[in-house]
Amino acid sequence: MSAFVPSPRLVRAALPALSLAALLVAIWFVQPRAISYFGFNLMLNLAMPIAFATIAQLCVITVNDLDLSIGAFVSFVACVGATWLNETPLLGAVVLLGAVAVYALIGALIHLRNLPSIVVTLGMSFFWLGCSVLLLPSPGGSVPAWLAALVKFRTPFVPFAILVSAALALIVHVGLMRSAWGAILRGAGGNPAAVARAGWSLLRTKVTMFALAGVFGVLSGLSLVGLTTSADANIAIRYTLLSIAGVILGGGEFVGGRVSPVGAVLGAMTLTLAGSLLSFLRISPDWQIGAQGAILIVVLALRALVNRLERRR
Amino acid sequence: MQQGAFSRLADWSSRRPWLWSFVGAGVIFLATIAFTSGKGGADVLAAALTFASFYVIVGIGQMFVITTGPGNVDLSIPANIALAGAVAMKVMDGSNVMILPGLAAVAGVGLAIGCFNFALIRILSIPPIIATLSASFLVQSTAIAYGRGLRIKPPPLFAELATGRLLGVPILAIMALVVAAVMAVVLRRTVYGRSVLAIGQNARAAGLAGIRVERVRFATYVLSAVFASLCGALLAGFSGGASLNMGEEFLLASIAVVVIGGTSVAGGFSNVPGIWGASLFLYLLVTMLNTFGVGAGVRLILTGLIIIAVIALSGGRRAGRG
Repeated sequence: MSAFVPSPRLVRAALPALSLAALLVAIWFVQPRAISYFGFNLMLNLAMPIAFATIAQLCVITVNDLDLSIGAFVSFVACVGATWLNETPLLGAVVLLGAVAVYALIGALIHLRNLPSIVVTLGMSFFWLGCSVLLLPSPGGSVPAWLAALVKFRTPFVPFAILVSAALALIVHVGLMRSAWGAILRGAGGNPAAVARAGWSLLRTKVTMFALAGVFGVLSGLSLVGLTTSADANIAIRYTLLSIAGVILGGGEFVGGRVSPVGAVLGAMTLTLAGSLLSFLRISPDWQIGAQGAILIVVLALRALVNRLERRR
Repeated sequence: MQQGAFSRLADWSSRRPWLWSFVGAGVIFLATIAFTSGKGGADVLAAALTFASFYVIVGIGQMFVITTGPGNVDLSIPANIALAGAVAMKVMDGSNVMILPGLAAVAGVGLAIGCFNFALIRILSIPPIIATLSASFLVQSTAIAYGRGLRIKPPPLFAELATGRLLGVPILAIMALVVAAVMAVVLRRTVYGRSVLAIGQNARAAGLAGIRVERVRFATYVLSAVFASLCGALLAGFSGGASLNMGEEFLLASIAVVVIGGTSVAGGFSNVPGIWGASLFLYLLVTMLNTFGVGAGVRLILTGLIIIAVIALSGGRRAGRG
């Protein structure tokens, strides 16, 4: 009998996929026609930028920090994408590279001065918001044609957003979970003292992870503005909370470098689809963030239950 | 001799980490007044006292939460303020008689949110940041659904309370000063306050010493939520009605005033005076930038950079994960 009971570890790893599957079944039940190429294309339209932002957050959470500026940063990138990148592509590209460098710098500052990341990144969220307001005082701008064409690319059989998300999950999984470098980067979150004793520079791991967060933030902003074709300073403000929720939904722990890139991408998709389910159920959009909160709480409750079962064994 | 005096001074100020926030606020105030060559100083000060009062009320609650140790922070404050403001205006319904029932309802909102936050933390063992975050999603949705299209003005008496002055000093500031004084005594002289500090320094040791750790943490999250709710009601009274994005700026502000005020983000070391200094600093900073005539974008950038500079300079003494 007990042979058929899956181990808690397996259940925990499968939880993000199960939540997504449960949500898909619910959508299929309410609106069967949504489960099609066009349906997914519409529903998962915005999954791509959210998935990128979630992976950016995951990089920061891996080294035991939290990035409360990612939403403002993605908005800033979107503003650059809708202005400079279109008018003077070279300047736009340099600014985006500079923005990634600022992210790396913030990582260095947090490590060197041993600062609480949530305060520093909250301050940075004001910085990025201010930059966006300077760049684009009122909503507008237009994106380069190549960018719009790229993100609206129509792939056969499987929507582009799903392919990109899958590729993203796979690449980050291999890089972070399967490579020697990834083990060190996660180790810096799990046991910094041990990693430092083994001769690795904690400064470099932190700078690397923040720089990666910057890179994924740039990808998020560009894919977002490619889809919307215009930007404003507040376009992605809610990504901050959404990305944290995605990482945690996907099985990431808050401390200790325990993260799951595949789970995080699944978590981002779950949160994106939750909005669709609500509109199929004709529930007012007022409750959209509330539903995301409720999903988060339910999944965390399930995980707490699994953990408790594990302890009992 | 001089060395001795200097090191004594350094020692004296290091035991008063809140000093720097007042020094900063003073410098900024003088810079603003110098720019306007002395005009409007009293008005700037009165406005600073009023707006700082909101920061102080929310900041004290946040400070108690942060004091209970690394990872403890209340992110549900903005949503809480939005909901409390709407509830206050709806229950009071513009009538002076309903002010007290309205405030009771607001306190009830705070109590409920605090209990919910702690239930998530304790029963589901969710890290406080995520727990208060997901709670804030639900609270925010409730506030949106409940407060949509709400156009009720605050009762005249309540508006007077929030905007009026007594001998030239804003009534709100007097209330916030009293609250701060009471909470300073609570932190330093009561069993509860000392338990909060002890838990922040070492929760395990505090538990072994007989402190009911979870009960104290429960009280602290409720305290923070009730303070935020009351601030929401006052804010609605002050601005002539509740709005849904009223609480937005308080996420950064509540954490920033705690940190700038010299409280350790790692927990266990905090002080109430610093909250006042930091709140004045934060508001005067914005006033100064406005007086200098910089645009919204530059103001945001400088606000962010100055907050980062302040905590980078004040240093992260045994700072952990915030």
